[in-house]
Amino acid sequence: MIGQTGAENGASSHVVTTRFALNGEQQQSAAAARTTVLDWLRESAGLTGTKKGCNEGACGSCTVLVDGRRMNSCLILLAQVDGADLTTVEGLADSDGTLHPVQQAFIDHDSFQCGYCTPGQIISAVACISEGHTGSAEEVREWMSGNLCRCAAYPQITAAVLTAAHPINPEA
Amino acid sequence: MLDFGYSRPDLEGEVLRQLSHSDSMAIAGGTELLNWIRLGIAAPAFLVDLAGLPDRSNIALNGEWLEIGAACTLNMVGEHPAVREHAASLASACLQAASAQVRNRATLGGNVLQRTRCSYFRVEEPAPGPCNKRSPGSGCAALSGANEQHAIFGWTPDCVAVQPSDPLVALTCLDAEVEIADHSGHRWMPVAGLHLTQQEAAADGGDPARLETRLAADELIRGYRIPAVTGRRSTYVKVRERVSYAYALVSAAASVRQLEGGDNEVRIVLGSVAQRPWRLLTAEHGLQGQELTTQNVAAAVERAMAGARPLSTNRYKLRLARGVAVRAVLEAAQR
Repeated sequence: MIGQTGAENGASSHVVTTRFALNGEQQQSAAAARTTVLDWLRESAGLTGTKKGCNEGACGSCTVLVDGRRMNSCLILLAQVDGADLTTVEGLADSDGTLHPVQQAFIDHDSFQCGYCTPGQIISAVACISEGHTGSAEEVREWMSGNLCRCAAYPQITAAVLTAAHPINPEA
Repeated sequence: MLDFGYSRPDLEGEVLRQLSHSDSMAIAGGTELLNWIRLGIAAPAFLVDLAGLPDRSNIALNGEWLEIGAACTLNMVGEHPAVREHAASLASACLQAASAQVRNRATLGGNVLQRTRCSYFRVEEPAPGPCNKRSPGSGCAALSGANEQHAIFGWTPDCVAVQPSDPLVALTCLDAEVEIADHSGHRWMPVAGLHLTQQEAAADGGDPARLETRLAADELIRGYRIPAVTGRRSTYVKVRERVSYAYALVSAAASVRQLEGGDNEVRIVLGSVAQRPWRLLTAEHGLQGQELTTQNVAAAVERAMAGARPLSTNRYKLRLARGVAVRAVLEAAQR
């Protein structure tokens, strides 16, 4: 059994050690069981690109990739990513600073105003593209609907996702 | 968030043993549970993570059954070719639920155990208004308050909430069965019998506001099986206030199968009109031997809705339910 904390049920020590990869680097962290991936990223790892918007899985600003699948990090306990491969927005660009094609497309299409939803949008878009849910603007809107933008940059976000998904023919 | 302990057993027996403690709860995707803990709806001292149990994420056609493990995520279920072919209504319901991110964590086992979205229930404690689910005996604010999203069947003055799960409605329509593990073994039961309306809970001698399912706190859903019925076409229609990423106002799962001799066998189940999926048996019987036209289906559904008991602000659900049921049946018939 993995991760048994303290004595059974209601014990005083609830620290769990979790081993996982984060943006390609191995991590080992001892944290309170109640620590979410979101809180660990922002408070322990200092990676504040991932945002806390609603903290209830509704806004998508906390979206990260776990084994390539997009999820709301506010709804995952750190203990639950033991053995997994995490990607945050900080891990998208190349080591030489070259932006990920999705990041570049967001700039090219003016796809953000305040920028708060943007890291979540970008991570979500990376997965949306790898899932193959970018066949049309309608499909992109449906499959990106878990990322809210109060600045209403949705048309530009949709255009950026389509461009990044279909770089030779952006109208496809 | 509340402090709790955590374990991830790799044996079902150990999971059940830990769940036998009244302050322990199981966590799967966590898309409901973590919010329950944040709001004070649940306050477990210990979480038992089900992710350590092997072989719970399988989807396979096994003879006459389509089998789906409880740990399958909604995206896995919704995009699986076998589900799309043999249980189209379920695939559609899964993909119309929540968001892509939530669907990558929410499991089919957990999804049917989600609780109502009633705004008097879903508040951070201490609940500012009466809610018999949160605070037994305090009353029901929705009964004469903001009840647009609430029940038109099966409610009592103690509670007027609806069950919001989309997959649950489709599973009911498809005659799915659920496998439940408890300390003495495991058993299969119809999904249709898992949830109770407030009236049914009261008739069972339970608290009408708090007895929501027949699953005990120390039991576990292992998976589902759906009869793979040849020639059955099914749909799921979900009506929401916006195009995506919202709970249903009203939904309907329908299936149509042509029997030998040319008659149609129809199934219609409504969602979000009661604290469990609401099967329109009278409408189904009324449509036997009938041509599936808008007129015939609407008339049959109208008669089946005769027993509806709308609240002060949800009368619109009567008309919406009729429309949604008709659309679901006709779409299924045309597949």
